[in-house]
Amino acid sequence: MTTPTPPALEVKNVSLSFKGVKAIADLSFQVEAREICALIGPNGAGKSSLLNILNGVYVPDSGEIIFEGEHFRRMEPLEAARRGIGRGFQNNALFSGMSVVDNVITGLSRHSRLTLVEEMFRLPRARHEERRFRERAHEVLHLFGLDRHAATIVGTLPYGVQKKVELARAIVAEPRMVLLDEPLAGMNAAEKQEIAAVIARLNRELHLTIVLIEHDIGIVLELAHHVVVLDYGRKLADGPPETIRDNPDVIAAYLGTERAEIAA
Amino acid sequence: MSEIDLRIAAPVNGVAGLRAAGLAAATILILAAPLLASEYWINAIIVPFLILSLAGLGLNLLTGYAGQLSLGAGAFMMVGAYATFSLQLRVPDLPLPLALVVSGLIAAAVGVAFGIPSTRIKGFYLIVSTLAAQFFFEWLFLKFPWFYDGNSSATISLPRGLTVFGLNAETPHGRYYLTLGAVALITLLSFNLVRSQTGRNWMAIRDMDTAAAVIGVPVTRAKLQAFAVSSFILGIAGALWAFAYLGSASVQSFGLSRSYQVLFIIIIGGLGTIRGAYLGAAFVSLLPLALDWLFQHLFSGHVDAGLLQNIQKGIFGLLIMWFLVREPEGLARLLGIRLTARRRLFPSSQN
Repeated sequence: MTTPTPPALEVKNVSLSFKGVKAIADLSFQVEAREICALIGPNGAGKSSLLNILNGVYVPDSGEIIFEGEHFRRMEPLEAARRGIGRGFQNNALFSGMSVVDNVITGLSRHSRLTLVEEMFRLPRARHEERRFRERAHEVLHLFGLDRHAATIVGTLPYGVQKKVELARAIVAEPRMVLLDEPLAGMNAAEKQEIAAVIARLNRELHLTIVLIEHDIGIVLELAHHVVVLDYGRKLADGPPETIRDNPDVIAAYLGTERAEIAA
Repeated sequence: MSEIDLRIAAPVNGVAGLRAAGLAAATILILAAPLLASEYWINAIIVPFLILSLAGLGLNLLTGYAGQLSLGAGAFMMVGAYATFSLQLRVPDLPLPLALVVSGLIAAAVGVAFGIPSTRIKGFYLIVSTLAAQFFFEWLFLKFPWFYDGNSSATISLPRGLTVFGLNAETPHGRYYLTLGAVALITLLSFNLVRSQTGRNWMAIRDMDTAAAVIGVPVTRAKLQAFAVSSFILGIAGALWAFAYLGSASVQSFGLSRSYQVLFIIIIGGLGTIRGAYLGAAFVSLLPLALDWLFQHLFSGHVDAGLLQNIQKGIFGLLIMWFLVREPEGLARLLGIRLTARRRLFPSSQN
């Protein structure tokens, strides 16, 4: 994917530490527009922390993030959302007391243009927006096969279904780029294939740039256009899936142990 | 409202007709209540019940929906009452209903000011900030005679009594309909609000605030909106408490115990539900009567009144503990009235 268009995202010399412990050390890589970029690496490699920096939840000690040509020393969560960076969390961060459809509609907040008074009196503009939001949410629920769960309180649903709701919420506002933290974790093989197919479709049909963290190497190699391997907060390898598979450093640090586990 | 109801109640369409009939019957009953109830019941039980429901509703939007703990309900009620007094005294041309609205807006502004810390701190620490409001206004309204027009008892009462657009509302029926009108209108608006994007933003912040920010919920704005709306409602409830129920009030009418009372109402009634405020207020209003009746019949009035009050407090304390431990969703859940999309505050128990 070497196109003349500038990268969607550029992470430049980013470092992050927690109370003196380095989580990410001088990390740089690029994500091209419209690609699926997989971040892999053992637990504690700094993958989730990196996503949190991109979302503005964590503030990096140094370095810079360039998103669609704009430079940021740090992101603010709301700013990131406004600029079209969507996010799915590792351990479902759904609003557990709300219904599935309400969770998804909440993802549309940045598009809401209503005042409190319009909402209180359900003025025409408020009804119109509510109808539009609801339709959009149902569209996305349909994409994930969640139609029949729309009215269910999300906290009562099984984990795998919650993961799908989380994905639906992440993309409902039509982000430019979406960051997914282990979107397939805790799913069975069939569910994994199903969600991987949806992710591929989102990328292909909606031209969504996707950065995802995933441990299932088989799926990563199948799904991703570009793989970045992290280990102890450093970049170990960076390139198309084919080259990653054969990289001896990667095999030693990560793939090797995975294979050993599978073999055992 | 019917439009919302249809959408939310879609799965239970079969009972929609029944619900409509029930609603109509309830409406007639509510409107005719003054004709059925004695003056004592209206003045001493129904009117305060309605006002406490309103206060509970106000606090529930902030605490039950938006998840921001507050012990300042009494303070915002106090601001509403003193603002109404000042407006009626100093702007005599402003009709009472409008004075109530303006007082609500003043209380809302105060609520926002004391809600600003909520953008930085939460939970236990936020309680301290709202508690500061409680003590600050008790001090303020006593310290400066301007607020109570310098009268010797430091109390406030409306200079021209309860008059609504020239009509005297100083009768039990007048108090009832004035209160009912305010409560019904605000309840309807609150219903709309909690089902709108703002309501969803509040619940999102309550359930998981970091995730809310990341997916684009304007967390700071939504929190301050919750403080504003909550304090607006509490302000109006305070004014009604002072002038439609008590007649004349002082800072003691809105002390810390009032804040606790309103908080208990929503804990008992059900956090994060509109009807929870009503159930809780009904419980708080009727429990003393029920206990009174019980002791009358059990011990034929041989129990000392002071002892009775203490027993009441004890029973209350036990009930609060029981609700917190066993049923965080309160009476709303316990009575099984879960007509609409169910909202849960403490989700971990069902995973």
